[in-house]
Amino acid sequence: MSLLSIPIHELHNQLVTKQLKVGELLDESYKAIAAREQSVKAFITLNEDAARAQAVEMDATGVPSDAGLLYGLPIGIKDNIVTQGLLTTCASQFLANYQPVFDATVVKKLKMVQTVTVGKLNMDEFAMGGSNENSSYFATRNPWNTEHVPGGSSGGSAAAVAAGEVYFSLGSDTGGSIRQPAAYCGIVGLKPTYGLVSRFGLVAFASSLDQIGPLTKNVEDAAHLLQAIAGYDQHDSTSANVQIPDYASALTGDIKGLRIAVPKEYLGAGIDPQVKEKVLAALKVLEGLGATWEEVSLPHSEYAVATYYLLASSEASSNLARFDGVRYGVRTTSANNLLELYHKSRSEGFGPEVKRRIMLGTYALSSGYYDAYYLKAQQVRTLIKQDFDEVFKTYDVIIGPTAPTTAFKIGEQVNDPLKMYLNDICTIPVNLAGVPAISVPCGLVDGLPVGLQIIGNTFAESTVLRVAHAFEQHTDHHKARPFSS
Amino acid sequence: MAITQTDYETVIGLEVHVELHTKTKIFCGCSTSFGAAPNSNTCPVCLGHPGVLPVLNRQAVEYAMKAALALNCKINEDSIFARKNYFYPDSPKAYQISQYERPIGEFGWIDIEVNGEQKRIGITRLHLEEDAGKLTHVEGGAASLVDFNRVGTPLIEIVSEPDLRSPEEARAYLEKLKAIMQYCDVSDVKMEQGSLRCDANISLRPFGQKELGTKAELKNMNSFRGVQRGIEYEQWRQADVLDSGGKVVQETRRWDEAQAKTFSMRSKEEAHDYRYFPDPDLVRMNLDSAWQERVRSSIPELPDERKQRYTEQYGLSSYDAEVITASLALADFFENSLSYTSDAKAVANWMMGDLLAYLNANNLELSGVKVTSQGLGEMIGLIEKGTISGKIAKTVFREMLESGNLPQAIVEEQGLVQISDEGAIRAIVQNVLDANPGPVADVKGGNPKAIGFLVGQVMKESKGKANPGLANKLIAELIEKM
Repeated sequence: MSLLSIPIHELHNQLVTKQLKVGELLDESYKAIAAREQSVKAFITLNEDAARAQAVEMDATGVPSDAGLLYGLPIGIKDNIVTQGLLTTCASQFLANYQPVFDATVVKKLKMVQTVTVGKLNMDEFAMGGSNENSSYFATRNPWNTEHVPGGSSGGSAAAVAAGEVYFSLGSDTGGSIRQPAAYCGIVGLKPTYGLVSRFGLVAFASSLDQIGPLTKNVEDAAHLLQAIAGYDQHDSTSANVQIPDYASALTGDIKGLRIAVPKEYLGAGIDPQVKEKVLAALKVLEGLGATWEEVSLPHSEYAVATYYLLASSEASSNLARFDGVRYGVRTTSANNLLELYHKSRSEGFGPEVKRRIMLGTYALSSGYYDAYYLKAQQVRTLIKQDFDEVFKTYDVIIGPTAPTTAFKIGEQVNDPLKMYLNDICTIPVNLAGVPAISVPCGLVDGLPVGLQIIGNTFAESTVLRVAHAFEQHTDHHKARPFSS
Repeated sequence: MAITQTDYETVIGLEVHVELHTKTKIFCGCSTSFGAAPNSNTCPVCLGHPGVLPVLNRQAVEYAMKAALALNCKINEDSIFARKNYFYPDSPKAYQISQYERPIGEFGWIDIEVNGEQKRIGITRLHLEEDAGKLTHVEGGAASLVDFNRVGTPLIEIVSEPDLRSPEEARAYLEKLKAIMQYCDVSDVKMEQGSLRCDANISLRPFGQKELGTKAELKNMNSFRGVQRGIEYEQWRQADVLDSGGKVVQETRRWDEAQAKTFSMRSKEEAHDYRYFPDPDLVRMNLDSAWQERVRSSIPELPDERKQRYTEQYGLSSYDAEVITASLALADFFENSLSYTSDAKAVANWMMGDLLAYLNANNLELSGVKVTSQGLGEMIGLIEKGTISGKIAKTVFREMLESGNLPQAIVEEQGLVQISDEGAIRAIVQNVLDANPGPVADVKGGNPKAIGFLVGQVMKESKGKANPGLANKLIAELIEKM
């Protein structure tokens, strides 16, 4: 069994009692990478020299008496989270040479708890996409079946965890980018409440939707990793100044009396019947633990995808305007004047999906169209949020599938952006409402994992984790691994 | 050019940018100090690096509120920031964080006075935004250099209603605005350093017509005089176009101070679509009434109130009071002088006369001379007591401007004390009478004008120090006895 499969408490104990060194753990990580990267291709950049140097130093110093559970654990970081001195490309050719001069707040927090950064993980370019096929570099593959996509945009983050290349990873979720790849890769992925985790140092895609969150092998790890990164940050004005609870202590296994809402919109048309079956089976398990469930309606769900693509693209068109080849990133070599410098650098630097969204967003914000598109979308967003508020008056959690299907084949949807967008139908409303949600494995269909999505009310991460954990404790889905390890 | 400008009514609105003098930038902790080495006052946030986020400077908001309240604006409690999107190398994020809907202040006004007539000018809005960087174009067009020190300096933009009708009104409005900002202590308001900038929208229409004519936007006016001259030129230019049957083109024009002309920069077709939308990185402000009241109570007495007080309390003329209160430094100097003399009118006269003449002749601000309010007040006291004559005082004042020494010290050091000792003056008078038998005879013959000549001779003899009244009296007395 891989050292990276050892449960977190046991691993910590081995480190503290010097049965295991940080360097050995890191070795295991790079060994797995050496063995599997060729087929999985989760990493854009490896941080091997610096990571090994850090491990040597940590092992020389010894485990500090106040070391937390995350001490010494090898972590992978999505490549849109800036790391000082370590390439941060956002999977874009445009930033092929970009070395940030500062650390994201979450990276600073990880340094405080002394995880070891293994490398930077592949994604869809600037987090735009749900398959990792939009990476400028290469498509990451699903460890369960390398003919299939790992999901996205945090596809590298999910695949690396599923392939046992890291202990866990960080991703970002704007419309499902943590939960959908977690579902496709058979691991746990949590999108926190908007404002719980600082966005400072996350290269912005859609500022009002983006959240950083953990991707882990199990719910308990997700609780511990969330604990390390959550909290108010004075560098992020949208960060919430709330008391952070002890998430691990919420994992009681007790969900007696839990009231579950199941939106009919999440189990209707477009949902694969076998996926639906797995979700219904999961609900049975939860019923068996003393929970009850009822069908409800989130009536504005049908507008969520359109709303999302207007708002996210509008924000993206502005957020990505700073990439002009002037101060950082790759500059065109053939410009004769300023305008050409902008045009050519951006034309050469951005990939097709990014351009598509910049154009869509620019259009939606243009004078004469703003009211019909951007403003209307904002109004619909409010209605969608109200749908959730209404349901949470009566129910503790909302449950459904994370994605309508299991991971599709590489290349299958790449020429049909609209179909690709519909993969996000169950995850997007959650970002628009700003509430937290987790995806946990709930079985396999044709050898590919299915994810169960558990959505909670604002800042109810503890509830979401507790339900996910209880489910996990009474099923073996999370124990299934793509590689024998 | 055809001189039929009087056929048209000129309509002017001003857009004024004022840099707020906060210690740090509006969205990061960088210093706002002027004149630092290029790009030294920068950080990843103001340079717009990927991943950075803005954090609002509370002091900037407070200054903007203070300015808005001083301009009689209504404050939007739930004011928000918007992104103004455009590509240009002076803007590292390719958008400027500004305000569009719900600016900090709206619906304000200020009163101006031109040729003795009072007029109220409406203020459409006052909003808060970040400044851009500064481009320097290398001669020959080989390169443009960017200095990002100024990026993120907090600015307020104050937009007037199109209520101004002449270049003089525009200048008066701008000067009043500057004075109010200065009194509120929110900005250095120095046009030459760019902490006060002014663009003008100008259009002409036949008198009596309601709808506005096509406007031109005028930029690059770098002084109060430039604003007035630029608008003057532009109104003649437009009148000329209209007179010759042409149409004014909606465009942006640049004022060229050296050539004293305006030149087209870009037309309406080339105008940007800025695609404003609320900035998702910043939360809405909460400018509640309690905060507004706190800020309101920190606003000091403003120029108009001071002017009124100066005329009522000190009997100053409206014109003198206007000139003195137009600058906070002058107004404070005036009032501080009154701690050392009670003769306010004398203080005003010295300021309006010798002080302003010297400042204007040497193109200086009050801070550029050394004279103190104590010096002026005490000097007026010395005149009252008869220690020095008004004539000597001019010499003393000149000395105070340059050295800053107090008048008593100057008088003593240079021996300028007026001779009021009858015995001493009597001796000088006797000498003068002895030496000038002709004029003495004239006086005796009933020609009083000759007395003036004799007094002059006494002053000359005494090096200006003789008390002229006393000299006069003694001359008459001694001639009588002859």
